[in-house]
Amino acid sequence: MNIQAIKVIYKYEMLRAWKTLLQSFASPVISTILYFVVFGSAIGGRIEQVEGVSYGAFIVPGLIMLALLTHSIANASFGIFFPKFTGTIYEILSAPISFIEILIGYVGAAATKSFIIGIVILATAGFFVPLEIAHPVWMLTFLVLTCISFSLFGFIIGLWAVDFEKLQLVPLLVITPLVFLGGSFYTIDMLPPAWQTVTLFNPVVYLISGFRWSFFEVSDVSVWISLGVVSSFLMLCLVTVWWMFKTGYRLKH
Amino acid sequence: MKPIISISHLSKTYAGGFTALNNISLDITEGEILALLGPNGAGKTTLISIICGIVNATSGSVSVAGYDSNKHYRAARALIGLVPQELTLGAFDTVWNTLCFSRGLFGKKSNPAYIEQLLKDLSLWEKKNSLLMTLSGGMKRRVLIGKALSHEPSILFLDEPTAGVDVELRKDMWALVRKLRKSGVTIILTTHYIEEAEEIADRVGIINKGELLVVDDKLALMHKLGKRQLMIDLEQSISLIPESLLDWELELSNKGKSLIYTYDPRNERTGIAELLRAIDVAKLSLRDVNTSQTSLEDIFINLVNQ
Repeated sequence: MNIQAIKVIYKYEMLRAWKTLLQSFASPVISTILYFVVFGSAIGGRIEQVEGVSYGAFIVPGLIMLALLTHSIANASFGIFFPKFTGTIYEILSAPISFIEILIGYVGAAATKSFIIGIVILATAGFFVPLEIAHPVWMLTFLVLTCISFSLFGFIIGLWAVDFEKLQLVPLLVITPLVFLGGSFYTIDMLPPAWQTVTLFNPVVYLISGFRWSFFEVSDVSVWISLGVVSSFLMLCLVTVWWMFKTGYRLKH
Repeated sequence: MKPIISISHLSKTYAGGFTALNNISLDITEGEILALLGPNGAGKTTLISIICGIVNATSGSVSVAGYDSNKHYRAARALIGLVPQELTLGAFDTVWNTLCFSRGLFGKKSNPAYIEQLLKDLSLWEKKNSLLMTLSGGMKRRVLIGKALSHEPSILFLDEPTAGVDVELRKDMWALVRKLRKSGVTIILTTHYIEEAEEIADRVGIINKGELLVVDDKLALMHKLGKRQLMIDLEQSISLIPESLLDWELELSNKGKSLIYTYDPRNERTGIAELLRAIDVAKLSLRDVNTSQTSLEDIFINLVNQ
């Protein structure tokens, strides 16, 4: 294994985040604080408890997931798209590196950044609402799996995109609606029956449900189903990236 | 001698149907400097890109030091350094960091002393902490060379290294290429300029429309291709070349006011002195005389037409 290559790619990507510290870490935290102010305090004050949990605390797992998903995708997609755009990707392609090593470097760095954002938001939430984590190991498991799988998904978008418009297309038109309709701010049974069925086709529902269960033992679906869906998504992304590197799709044309 | 790179029946057809390479076979000997000549779109960059792993071949194979470039890509690529044609560099890295990054990509541990010496050899030491976006085009070209050499490769590909480069940097590059060759590095360079190939190459290959037209020892090839022309301007135009000058196979141009004599400068006798005397005997008055090298394009046209 080319450990040196993994190290330099990881370090390079982390350094990129460090150079844009405000944009990378402060911006998501500020956005989440605004969500707490608007939904937790202004609107949440008028909503009674949801499944025995105060509304302010109830939305914390959803808000963390919202930030994790968007930042995992943004970090990883930009990380690989930019070398493609500038042409410096030639260096990665001509180096003695396997696709797994490239993934560990780029996706590892993107996932680390998202993980840090998740932890910072969690800590920030503690200032606004009383938080207890019923199953810390499950919470960390969902946190890590989500960071990795959506960074992988972002990496795929970065490989697929041929211009900046396409780079933004999937996060804006697919991910944001899925997250907002994925139960960040409500439980499924608060929806009309028809929409409850439709919602079950949204994979983000399973993520947020599992993550919320690890906090409050409240979930829309079984935690094992949530784990299965996240793991399946991770595997699907891995297979897709493997195929893209094997065929050179949008890389070696 | 066993080839360090062996290319066998290599072809590349892009998705749009364009055939960039057509059944190319070529052996490159360890320690030599091979110049690949060809016009734009000839397939030079595609050939290099396939060897380096940047582009997938449609068919054929490449082995580097005996390692198949697909099956044993790690061993094959570790030996190769590539200087691309375009100035493809990140904007926000420093010179030092970008060289260290390249070295790490090839699995080599950090070696500040080697990188320092490399930067000094490339006259970049003073710029080690400069951001890449602040460098001139010539310096960026040097940085690309530094990146390619950062992992101490034994094979170096230079894809049109002197395109758009000033005379001073071009001479520096030639000196660097010679120095690398002395240290045992095999060098493959692509160029438009026949003079460049003549200056530094051991062997020359000519590619056109994806086909390798000829590969030969430089001196042998220069002997075939290195024709020169003598342009003789006359005071008065003529409609026919005098019979006494037919032995020189002259061409009449410029509405009969010029005679063109094509000759080989490497011949012991070029025939120029005899021609000038014969013109004098034929009572033709000379206005001016100048010589020119047959352009690479002319040579290509000749080769393609053959």
